[in-house]
Amino acid sequence: MKIAVCLKQILDPEVPARDFKVDAAKREAEQGGANLVTNIFCENALETALQIRDAAGSGEIVAISVGPAGAEDVLRKALALRADQAVLVVNDADTNPDPAFVAGTLAAAVKKIGGVDVIMVGREAGDWGAGQTGGLVAEELGIPCISFAEGFEPGATPGTVKVKRQTDAGFEVIEAPTPLVVTITNHDKNVPRIPKTRDVMQSYRKPLEKWTLSDLSVEGATSHAYSQVAELFIPKKETKCEFIEGDTVEAKVDALAKRIGDILRAM
Amino acid sequence: MPEVVCILWGRAGLDRAAQGVLGAGRRLADSTGEKLRATIVGNADDALVSGAQAVADRVVVATGPALEEYNPESSLAALTALCKAASPTAVLLGNDTYGQEIAARLAHRLGGSAAGDAVAVHAEGGKLRVTRGVYGGKATAVIELEKTPAVVWVRARAIEPADASGRGAGEVERVTPDVPATGVKVLERQEESKGGARLEDAQVIVSGGRGLGGPEPFTELQKLADVMNAQMAASRAACDAGWVPPSWQVGQTGKKVAPQLYLGIAISGASQHIMGIADSKVICAINRDADAPIFKHCTFGLVEDYQKVIGPLTERLRNAK
Repeated sequence: MKIAVCLKQILDPEVPARDFKVDAAKREAEQGGANLVTNIFCENALETALQIRDAAGSGEIVAISVGPAGAEDVLRKALALRADQAVLVVNDADTNPDPAFVAGTLAAAVKKIGGVDVIMVGREAGDWGAGQTGGLVAEELGIPCISFAEGFEPGATPGTVKVKRQTDAGFEVIEAPTPLVVTITNHDKNVPRIPKTRDVMQSYRKPLEKWTLSDLSVEGATSHAYSQVAELFIPKKETKCEFIEGDTVEAKVDALAKRIGDILRAM
Repeated sequence: MPEVVCILWGRAGLDRAAQGVLGAGRRLADSTGEKLRATIVGNADDALVSGAQAVADRVVVATGPALEEYNPESSLAALTALCKAASPTAVLLGNDTYGQEIAARLAHRLGGSAAGDAVAVHAEGGKLRVTRGVYGGKATAVIELEKTPAVVWVRARAIEPADASGRGAGEVERVTPDVPATGVKVLERQEESKGGARLEDAQVIVSGGRGLGGPEPFTELQKLADVMNAQMAASRAACDAGWVPPSWQVGQTGKKVAPQLYLGIAISGASQHIMGIADSKVICAINRDADAPIFKHCTFGLVEDYQKVIGPLTERLRNAK
């Protein structure tokens, strides 16, 4: 099975709120001292793909990213985790293209790669969180999409996969023909592994393909034809916490129980 | 005639989410002078049909064997046809699994643009603008959708229902759209929540986080929740560790809850978690770290080791009943 895993480089979402600043004019977050990292749901997707390849004992994983030249880092990391191939579609012109532009570019890359059975993407990114890439890639390619999946396995008949995915109420198991798009969510079985030091060293010697937008006949000027950011700001918060005081733990628990009891009785 | 279309799931009934979607749709249609259409997918009970009629100018109930249970491909195909019949300027869905899954694809098929997790929508200069949290809740963005229709999934339970007083009942049309066959089949559907109580609708929630250190303390939290008549939830860290089921997860990529009281225990309160609980009326935290970010969102809180608090607190609340 040939799996394409789409990876997005984002500003580290673990940056504490007090250090987070936006450039309102550019309508982007300021990087400040923060790192750029691979979006966690993309890492969950890659981990899932690695487990599927391990379980099958065969298969091919192609890591793809669309982004500035620096996004090479997320692909080197994917190679260190033993992805078989890596492709960076360099888009230096626009740091925050709209979801349709990214999806169209990824779809074009998948076509150029050829023979891909399953395209895996994270359910959403930790920066803009649009949550649209998977669905739009599927539409660009005219194939199905199943979202919020934990993973998949070969289906009962050849050319199908069985996808387990989370829903609001629980989960569903869905059988679908390949090729298809699967968006991956986090769960306890797809926490990303840590690459071995030796593999990290070797990842820098592995080939990494770089394509331009024009290699894929993608028009760079269309990167906001779908949507754009009109405003970006940090919301003001006015909540002030009343800390429960007391000389002993018992006294504090009494006071807490009273506050909670008052709310419960008022309902 | 341009219209705003609200998409509702027949199976879900007239829940708080459906009311929020209808409320957002009604106010948007009124602001642009358009009609509001409610499109219900799958068999709907009388409460949903009459609730939709009270708010929308027209209600379309789409039924058929392929639409009684959600299927990503057949539901999408049917909705595409139903929306094309309405020539909408905007299509609104809830932020349930299915609404989120289908919205961007529906936009693509209709030649429009999508955005999600909207806390507000408004029309400006002939385009729809969507207000939503970004960067894990640390910032708010207004996204302008360049193409029509704008397909938007809204944070339905956080949005005010419509004021339906004084409106005539909208007309009801029943249709059976053609749904093409699909190779995508739902083999199994498991619903974990007991007694049909949904976390999203819970009035009181007791939630545990990474600081609990393992699955065992959730048993103690469950006793407290039982006394409080509360439902249980958890942070992403606790779910990812496998301590509790994924369906308990609250936050940016989990449930968006809006209880009267959210009691967070040993949860630090990363902004991504706050995104899921910000609509709570009262947030209370128990955490031994006074600098835990969750306290910035609390009405009241207790800085203490949860292990010293949960047992006695459960006792006190039981005795006070």
